[in-house]
Amino acid sequence: MSSDEVDTSAAVDVDRMADALPEPGSSKSDPILVADDVKRSFGGLTAVDVNHLEVQRGTITALIGPNGAGKSTFFNLLTGFDRVDGGRWTFEGQRINGRRGHQVARAGMVRTFQLTKALTRMTVLDNMLLGAQGQLGERMAGAFLRPLWRSQERANTERAMELLERFKLIDKRQDMAGSLSGGQRKLLEMARALMTDPSMIMLDEPMAGVNPALVQSLLQHITSLRDEGKTVLFVEHDMDVIMGISDWIVVLAQGQVIAEGRPSDIRSDQQVIDAYLGAQEVEGESGESGDE
Amino acid sequence: MDIFMILAEAARSAVGPIAAIYALAAVGLNLHFGYTGLLNFGQVGFMLVGAYGVGISVAVFDLPVAVGFLVGLGCAVVLALLLGIPTLRLRADYLAITTIAAAEVLRLVYRAGFAEPLTKGVYGLQNLSSGFREVNPFDAGGRYGVGAITFTGNQMWLMTVTWGLVALFLLITWLLIHSPWGRVIKGIREDEDAVRSLGKNVFAYKMQALVLGGLIGALAGAMLAVHQGAIQPDQFKPQVTFFLWVILLLGGAGRVFGPVLGSMAFWFLMSFTDGFLKGLGREGLLPFLSGPDYGAIQLAFAGLMLVLLIVFRPQGLIGDRKEMLINVK
Ligand SMILES: Nc1ncnc2c1ncn2[C@@H]1O[C@H](COP(=O)(O)OP(=O)(O)O)[C@@H](O)[C@H]1O
Ligand SMILES: [Mg+2]
Repeated sequence: MSSDEVDTSAAVDVDRMADALPEPGSSKSDPILVADDVKRSFGGLTAVDVNHLEVQRGTITALIGPNGAGKSTFFNLLTGFDRVDGGRWTFEGQRINGRRGHQVARAGMVRTFQLTKALTRMTVLDNMLLGAQGQLGERMAGAFLRPLWRSQERANTERAMELLERFKLIDKRQDMAGSLSGGQRKLLEMARALMTDPSMIMLDEPMAGVNPALVQSLLQHITSLRDEGKTVLFVEHDMDVIMGISDWIVVLAQGQVIAEGRPSDIRSDQQVIDAYLGAQEVEGESGESGDE
Repeated sequence: MDIFMILAEAARSAVGPIAAIYALAAVGLNLHFGYTGLLNFGQVGFMLVGAYGVGISVAVFDLPVAVGFLVGLGCAVVLALLLGIPTLRLRADYLAITTIAAAEVLRLVYRAGFAEPLTKGVYGLQNLSSGFREVNPFDAGGRYGVGAITFTGNQMWLMTVTWGLVALFLLITWLLIHSPWGRVIKGIREDEDAVRSLGKNVFAYKMQALVLGGLIGALAGAMLAVHQGAIQPDQFKPQVTFFLWVILLLGGAGRVFGPVLGSMAFWFLMSFTDGFLKGLGREGLLPFLSGPDYGAIQLAFAGLMLVLLIVFRPQGLIGDRKEMLINVK
């Protein structure tokens, strides 16, 4: 990975974090997401136990931590895909804990999955069109009234084509999503999430299994999302990638936020090095790996 | 043994009232399983409430048959809600278990002693056809058809209405499937979490599909009641659902015309086997079998058909093999 290329895209020297302090639970000047006391345990295992976390609007925030740290579970909880044991969180000032997955998505917080969920027996274009919101033809009665939704469908198709162009999937639009490679499926899932026009997008390991040639363009997509004003929260393992594009990094270990800060803060944080790198070594020994 | 007569009789079954009724019920099942991915193993339960809606209204309360149809449809909505509300938020297999059990429970309740004032228990209900036949535009005593394949006027009337309903619901299916609504339910079939993450209320869509498919099943049951003129609970055994699944898979699940082709092919083959076995029996070629065994062999044949289908043509008669073989991860 050529990290200098990544650096240039992030090198616009504005500190989007204003004067946030590099400490766990630090408060942000303009948080889009605020979570408090979010807990989830599986049997005796506490998977997530986050006391306080704020995500700054319009930034790229990386959520890192060893495998099993609770990153995916935390995503599932925030987006209504898992039931919490306790906790509250607000998105754009609205309380959204207790809402179901589709309601969270409609509020503008959209997520992707670590295990890619391409709708395999549907075309790439149909996958995209599913992301469009407020479709009149998606109501059962509306479905029969083609004139009611024809123009909406055309506009959505146009937008889908633009996104497919951007993600270099345009030639595949009529192919079944199941015929795509793993990396292309990741791209499709991200493009599909963008079809919902979210204000915040949460990507669970978007780079896993993506061909290195595509990683660069994926990173550019992520930075341009931020530059368009969207907030990105993403889980990733590749340290070069994380350091290169993140405005802020949150470190999770055993379900807790153990550190937060700018890339420069995290790089030098001994606790992180111990918890994260140490755990990675252990992981390497036990032969565990991500599911790419 | 006159093979021509056996073939003619089989062809007659392929377009006859029973094939039409099963095709209709399978259109509903196709909406459930073929498009939405709902594992409904109790479609016969919807047929039962449809048939008894007609039966109880007509035979017990002396109401017009049209009212009976409405009662049956109302019961189907209630049944779909009762089945769906507790299970559709859970994993797919919960619906499967619930539907298979609910259909059996319904049959046992309808045949139970305490239900006798309404259902007449195991004796069933009779004289259900007259209202339907009053509006028969065909000559009830006449014979219609070509060559060896003929039907009575009453059968013609029933076939016209039932195949008409099949055509209507095929059209409805086609329109729904080629709309954004259809895209959502196909998405749910593939991966409901992905669809949920895109802001769709998956539960509501599954419920809509369950209700609509159940309504179609109930209509099929109501047509069965007016076709037979008499119903009793034990004809609504799980075997009916099994036949419907064979029909759906034979024709091609997730294909608009799958249920029709499946039902025609299925009843053609069933009638052919039956005629063939009886023919052999008459010739004295099956000395080790007695008449009642033929039914069992016929059933075994249906099972064999399903096995062969899954081995050689898993996508059904008109399914898309490429689509079928896509790696579903
Ligand atoms: N559904 C579940 N049932 C039981 N344990 C789970 C479940 N989901 C996650 N866990 C456990 O919770 C911990 C956190 O998992 P996860 O959130 O997937 O970690 P990460 O995404 O950081 O690798 C792990 O120990 C995992 O085994
Ligand atoms: Mg994970």
